Amino acid sequence: MGSRSSHAAIPDADSIRRETGFSQASLLRLHHRFRALDRNKKGYLSRMDLQQIGALAVNPLGDRIIESFFPDGSQQVDFPGFVRVLAHFRPVEDEDTETQDPKKPEPLNSRRNKLHYAFQLYDLDRDGKISRHEMLQVLRLMVGVQVTEEQLENIADRTVQEADEDGDGAVSFVEFTKSLEKMDVEQKMSIRILK
Amino acid sequence: MLRAALSLLALPLAGAAEEPTQKPESPGEPPPGLELFRWQWHEVEAPYLVALWILVASLAKIVFHLSRKVTSLVPESCLLILLGLVLGGIVLAVAKKAEYQLEPGTFFLFLLPPIVLDSGYFMPSRLFFDNLGAILTYAVVGTLWNAFTTGAALWGLQQAGLVAPRVQAGLLDFLLFGSLISAVDPVAVLAVFEEVHVNETLFIIVFGESLLNDAVTVVLYKVCNSFVEMGSANVQATDYLKGVASLFVVSLGGAAVGLVFAFLLALTTRFTKRVRIIEPLLVFLLAYAAYLTAEMASLSAILAVTMCGLGCKKYVEANISHKSRTTVKYTMKTLASCAETVIFMLLGISAVDSSKWAWDSGLVLGTLIFILFFRALGVVLQTWVLNQFRLVPLDKIDQVVMSYGGLRGAVAFALVILLDRTKVPAKDYFVATTIVVVFFTVIVQGLTIKPLVKWLKVKRSEHHKPTLNQELHEHTFDHILAAVEDVVGHHGYHYWRDRWEQFDKKYLSQLLMRRSAYRIRDQIWDVYYRLNIRDAISFVDQGGHVLSSTGLTLPSMPSRNSVAETSVTNLLRRESGSGACLDLQVIDTVRSGRDREDAVMHHLLCGGLYKPRRRYKASCSRHFISEDAQERQDKEVFQQNMKRRLESFKSTKHNICFTKSKPRPRKTGRRKDGVANAEATNGKPGDLGFQDTAAVILTVESEEEEEESDSSETEKEDDEGIIFVARATSEVLQEGKVSGNLEVCPSPRIIPPSPTCAEKELPWKSGQGDLAVYVSSETTKIVPVDMQTGWNQSISSLESLASPPCNQAPILTCLPPHPRGAEEPQAPLHLPSDPRPSFAFPPSLAKAGRSRSESSADLPQQQELQPLMGHKDHIHLSPGTATSHWCIQFNRGSRL
Repeated sequence: MGSRSSHAAIPDADSIRRETGFSQASLLRLHHRFRALDRNKKGYLSRMDLQQIGALAVNPLGDRIIESFFPDGSQQVDFPGFVRVLAHFRPVEDEDTETQDPKKPEPLNSRRNKLHYAFQLYDLDRDGKISRHEMLQVLRLMVGVQVTEEQLENIADRTVQEADEDGDGAVSFVEFTKSLEKMDVEQKMSIRILK
Repeated sequence: MLRAALSLLALPLAGAAEEPTQKPESPGEPPPGLELFRWQWHEVEAPYLVALWILVASLAKIVFHLSRKVTSLVPESCLLILLGLVLGGIVLAVAKKAEYQLEPGTFFLFLLPPIVLDSGYFMPSRLFFDNLGAILTYAVVGTLWNAFTTGAALWGLQQAGLVAPRVQAGLLDFLLFGSLISAVDPVAVLAVFEEVHVNETLFIIVFGESLLNDAVTVVLYKVCNSFVEMGSANVQATDYLKGVASLFVVSLGGAAVGLVFAFLLALTTRFTKRVRIIEPLLVFLLAYAAYLTAEMASLSAILAVTMCGLGCKKYVEANISHKSRTTVKYTMKTLASCAETVIFMLLGISAVDSSKWAWDSGLVLGTLIFILFFRALGVVLQTWVLNQFRLVPLDKIDQVVMSYGGLRGAVAFALVILLDRTKVPAKDYFVATTIVVVFFTVIVQGLTIKPLVKWLKVKRSEHHKPTLNQELHEHTFDHILAAVEDVVGHHGYHYWRDRWEQFDKKYLSQLLMRRSAYRIRDQIWDVYYRLNIRDAISFVDQGGHVLSSTGLTLPSMPSRNSVAETSVTNLLRRESGSGACLDLQVIDTVRSGRDREDAVMHHLLCGGLYKPRRRYKASCSRHFISEDAQERQDKEVFQQNMKRRLESFKSTKHNICFTKSKPRPRKTGRRKDGVANAEATNGKPGDLGFQDTAAVILTVESEEEEEESDSSETEKEDDEGIIFVARATSEVLQEGKVSGNLEVCPSPRIIPPSPTCAEKELPWKSGQGDLAVYVSSETTKIVPVDMQTGWNQSISSLESLASPPCNQAPILTCLPPHPRGAEEPQAPLHLPSDPRPSFAFPPSLAKAGRSRSESSADLPQQQELQPLMGHKDHIHLSPGTATSHWCIQFNRGSRL
């Protein structure tokens, strides 16, 4: 993984790889994709660029996922930022856990970070909690039209209550993690080709 | 067997045909040889024996499971094979010849389909498709590999002179043998792995492989068989190509047949709403038809029925009724278990028939070693390749279990029996070898795989309850991954699954699901629904317990209060915490769900318990059961409850009713213990009574309503559209309380008659008061119209039952006015015009009544509820319609 080779096309390739853990091949592939998405060759992606991906439009969470590429309301995302988001979905490999350095920040594809990525898709107002209202919004997106609004509310209530441990009527990140502790998040939030 | 069945069918016909011809001949005298008793063993022999075998197998199963120790150590399949051996030995010893054995025809047409259908239908489809790549690899490549390597190695063994020369077989014969012995058997795998509980991924890979390799086995077997029959010299290059092509034809054709039938099945069940009873039958018939059709076209029948089960399940389950679902499940499991049992037993019995087999140690040992070795080698090689592409690699332990779990079974045995001895001279040797291999894998490997799994610490499957969070987040993850694949520009598994789901949602489900089923068909919703059912069941279990245990200790007020308190605080906590409405039933649009809840509630109320009911509200007021059939039942429950209450009322009434000074109040007021109730039983006099009622309702009921609606109704002010009569009461009262100058009883408006009002019309009704009214108001809230008829019925029946009390009622009503008249003469006057006095007035009355009735105990309760009231006040914005209704009702009641 550490082999230095010439890839002039990608600026800062080494630091990006160090941060994200992507293999060189993946990085090249992603860079290729990045340039393909960047229609006007402006060097960054705007929301429009991502919105033009056809399948994202029908994805119930498409908008939120697009939004997740633009932290803090910025209007553009450069290649490192693009890769950083995608790094959450890199499969967890053995070497990741073995070479865990306590000083270094957790790798982006750790369980915690994967969960956190999902969490912030729920947490629209960024207050660190999924309120009932936020849960309801997600449910509305996901469940579709067959279920009535009232039933949705029931589900939202129940979901929040289920995870809510401290009784504040919202799901904090800790509670969110806890509610999924039985799930194989490393596996379910990974895409094989993003090695 | 089939012939036997046919002859059985023919019998009655023949008998019917014979009789009329005999009659004219001998009209006067009885037929010559009329026997009182006739032994007709031969006519019933075949089915009788079948039934007997199944019975023996079932009894054996029971015996095996008597000892938990034995079954935990030894798989059932082993025990059954051993039992078969013993039984076969007995039969052989008695009859001197082996009479019963596993006939290939019986096996393929009757015994195998239920097992495969069961496994296909209950296959966890998500898991299956997640691992489809691996499963297909092992099923196709693995089986081909096993067949060719085993066959070739055996041939090599023969060439090396290790197999006795009397085994006359060429390369093609060995390849044929290899093809039938190489396939992992679904029946054996299922029987053993179901008891081992390895993790799902491992299970689905081994099991999926065993199901899907059928196509390969069938093709290989047929191709090799025809090659053998043609003679190796006549086989041409095109035949090999045809062989390869037939692999695709057989497998894809089988799958296509299965999917077509799955489609038909789903479509048919869409229209069975009025003939629910044949739903399970349809499932079995069409699945079996798929099997037979594929068999007829010499496609892979196993694949067909697997795909049929896999494909139809989602839609069928949505379409058929709950009961049909249970029936399908149980029948399928019963048939499969039965078939499996018979298969293993017959395997054991067949092995005894030594006339069929010829032993050759070299061949047997060689085969055993080769199948184990090449299986392991094949697994390792394939896994290595697969792991390059798998997100979660299969580790070494998994590979060991997969290699070791390659059990052979009845399919191989049936296939080897089918061989033609004239074409395959070494058939007897192959039969013997197959029997040994099957026995070895099922018994030895089956016995040891459990300890092995334990020893290797294979990840076990863990069952945990589904939670809404998990379900929801899992969906989120799916969508996220699909989106990320889009962003990355790689159309992988998640992309296609997403596509498929959209297609399914848009077209397939629309077409194949009943509209009503489609509407509520959602996985998240499903989990929610199941959770609710579970809660309900556990609550009923729990509640029943509480009821019976506290039933004795209940009368002590304090304990009750404390419980109530906790539940209320609990409610409050939850309410404030989530800011959500807790009463989900109100939200529910499925009316019958509420009905059911009502029924449960009535049961609880019947016990006269105040607390459990609230607990009920608190802990699980959210079940939705969308069953129309439930409604009638609920009505019945309703009526029964009423009757019971009436009876208890009768008994109390005669004793206590005269002491009551307070007519209506109590009824709406708190649920009291028996004394309080009885006290409240007073029939209500004319207008005065009405006033009283209103007044008391104001004071007492409001709190009750308070907590009640607090817990349930109030939070949903949003749905103003629905008029809840019960709530209206509280609202009225509170309105009166909050702003006395409001016109509380405006001009009477027309309301549909509600149970509550009907109840009120019955003088004696007020007696058992609280409970009855309570319930009724609930009902009204929940089932505004539909239950009306049921209610009216119940009321009328009650009335007829209640005739003695009814007669008494007038007398009673005459009594109360005396004391009250002094207290509140102005009440009737106020009624039409000014509500205020009535509101102001009642508290005192209520208090007086209460003190008189020595039920002061509920004052604390009142207090405890007080905070809630404050909270409630600002909520009552609802229009006066309900209010007016109540007024009317009161009036009517008073008129009565």
